[in-house]
Amino acid sequence: MHKIILIIKREYLTRVRKKSFLVMTILGPLLMAAIVVVPIFMATRGNEMKTVAVIDQTGFFFEKFKDTDNIKFHYLVSDIASAKANFRKSGDYALLFIPRTEVSIPTNAILYAEGSVSISIKSYIRNVMTKQVEDMKLEAKLKDLQTDKKNPVNVEDILRSVKTTIDVNTIKITDEGKEEKSYTEINMVLGMFAGIMIYFFIFMFGSQVMRGVIEEKTSRIIEVIISSVKPFELMMGKIVGVGMVGLTQFLLWVVLTFGIVTVVTSTFTGKGVNRQTAEQSIVQNAAKYNPDNLPLPDTASAKKVQNEGVNQVFEALDSVNFPVMIGAFVFFFLFGYLMYGALFAAIGGAVDSEADTQQFMLPITVPLILSIVMMQLFIQDPTGQTAFWFSVFPLTSPVAMMIRIPFGVPYWQVALSMGLLILSFLGTTWMAAKIYRTGILMYGKKVNYRELWKWLRY
Amino acid sequence: MELFSAFNISKQFSGHKALDKVSISIPEGSIFGLLGPNGAGKTTFIRIINQIIAPDEGQLFFNGRELKPNDIYNIGYLPEERGLYKKMTVGEQSMYLAQLKGLSKHEAQKRLLYWFEKFEMRSWWNKKIEELSKGMQQKVQFLITIIHEPKLLIFDEPFSGFDPINASMLKDEIIAQKDKGATVIFSTHNMASVEELCDHIALINNANVVLDGPVRGIKKTYKTNTFEISCNNYQGELGAILPSAFTIIKEWTDHDLRMASIRIPDGASPNQLISALLPNVTLHSFSELIPSMNDIFIRVVTENKSEPVLQA
Repeated sequence: MHKIILIIKREYLTRVRKKSFLVMTILGPLLMAAIVVVPIFMATRGNEMKTVAVIDQTGFFFEKFKDTDNIKFHYLVSDIASAKANFRKSGDYALLFIPRTEVSIPTNAILYAEGSVSISIKSYIRNVMTKQVEDMKLEAKLKDLQTDKKNPVNVEDILRSVKTTIDVNTIKITDEGKEEKSYTEINMVLGMFAGIMIYFFIFMFGSQVMRGVIEEKTSRIIEVIISSVKPFELMMGKIVGVGMVGLTQFLLWVVLTFGIVTVVTSTFTGKGVNRQTAEQSIVQNAAKYNPDNLPLPDTASAKKVQNEGVNQVFEALDSVNFPVMIGAFVFFFLFGYLMYGALFAAIGGAVDSEADTQQFMLPITVPLILSIVMMQLFIQDPTGQTAFWFSVFPLTSPVAMMIRIPFGVPYWQVALSMGLLILSFLGTTWMAAKIYRTGILMYGKKVNYRELWKWLRY
Repeated sequence: MELFSAFNISKQFSGHKALDKVSISIPEGSIFGLLGPNGAGKTTFIRIINQIIAPDEGQLFFNGRELKPNDIYNIGYLPEERGLYKKMTVGEQSMYLAQLKGLSKHEAQKRLLYWFEKFEMRSWWNKKIEELSKGMQQKVQFLITIIHEPKLLIFDEPFSGFDPINASMLKDEIIAQKDKGATVIFSTHNMASVEELCDHIALINNANVVLDGPVRGIKKTYKTNTFEISCNNYQGELGAILPSAFTIIKEWTDHDLRMASIRIPDGASPNQLISALLPNVTLHSFSELIPSMNDIFIRVVTENKSEPVLQA
């Protein structure tokens, strides 16, 4: 055990100290930040002209929605049911419905659309409504003050009581006329992100394991080392060590990306800096979705900053089952890597140089690449047959399952997929250890599949 | 007392027999030469001793009991195919390998510094391996092999890559290790160094031990009762003055001396040769021709391929 820790330490330290590690650590977040920032940026600047139909049962918002450069509003007098029925024919981009409320002040609105509604439109509507409601509240307050002059005026109190949060919920009108609350975008982004992360991680660090093994073979240090440790210890030490390098890099990326995104979005929007952490926002949202759906007059909303785009994202994040998502990610991330790491190590052991790896790389890379290629299909039909089989087959499940998870997967499927992955992790490691053990002592021998098969049976 | 012995070791690699019931005993405190042509199975045998691979059958004993996994801490191995991490510094690398051999960090550092000082390598500590010459790398490798002061040292072609100065330094160090009580297994094709260093040898050919024993004994077995003489003051044929049972193998002149190598029959005494010569020539030198390990190696490998094991 002591020795395997020594091995892990060496594998880790020699890699973390490399210049390439530093470069990747810096380049990665820049790339990822670009992926995150650009859509937000685009969403706030979308310049296609869109029309939004408005049904306002409260009557408070008549003529309040002013047309902008890219949004046109028109008011409907029909009832909501027929408006919804006609929506698909109308050619409108979205249908805004502000229901009559029991309490005098409206606090929510529903936005019907065929697809998902752009963040900029949603936030524009929200801003208009918030301003209107706040104006109304303030007016009422001022009237109160005029009639009741005994109490001293506390401006802060007034402002606080006026503060309003408006919920704009998006509901998707599907082809069949069914309605479903839509957070598809965010599910899709999360699933894709998680899947791609796992894909990259396995590829990048799996091939680092392979290169490490080849390096030990070509530099001929391997025999010196395995006279002190068992080949299996060396192999696992290398896989774990490299995996930890990957986790370190990943963690640095997350931290740095978050930093860059925060800085960049605040510069872009110019609406003041969004200093909310995800945690704060989630707490806030939890409060916002309280059962009574009452307006929040409290400090959380007072502190709320105006970066709507980011807030919307956080709001949608709320619909994802995060404990499951994170748990699954960690699991598939680790076991997927460990399984592939063993396979990569076996390849490294079997060949003499990187040029010889091609023929053995193919069966490993094909399932991985395939699961990325099929991504679109999984997203379109997350519960379909293809998605199911891909997310259960161990060589594709780490990527495929992660794409599916945000859409909701039955627990038995997740359990089956995890079970199979663990089994095949054990199986591949056992196999890889056999190939590795024999291969590392073979120099200058062209190895083919028949040869590998022999090694398995030694 | 034997430090290490192998009994009936066999190992097969998919259809090809690398070792076939090989038995070898290595006396404690000896330098044991493990010889054999390429592909004879030496490296396989050494890897079995190091527990890098397991034999198909047979038993291994270390220090009087069965060989255990932990015995690798008592073995130092310098493989023929050897190298170091090119991008790692000498110091870090040495520390790592020494610790893998079971030394504590503190102990590893202490011993390494002692040896680096002794071999005048102190300035290499922070250099990367790729910055060192091949000979320098070999020195580092040698040092790592002995750093944990093992009871059994195994050197596979240790002199390859060394210049004569460093080779002689290495030779002295191997002898010094032996004097300190270590037992050395020494595998090489360099017969001169076998002659110089080894007490015992085993010759492996075609997966079998074909020759095994103390170097002196082996040489005695393989000597052919041949003597080399140099003389002058004789004009006629040498054959005319020698008894017919004596064979002249070769005759030549070296400046003004007549030289010859003569084989005497089994059971005859060298004195008979001298007494036959003395009345007719002025004898300048007389010596027995002892076969070199090189000759024995070649003879055994080429002639005795199918013959049973010769015990000396």
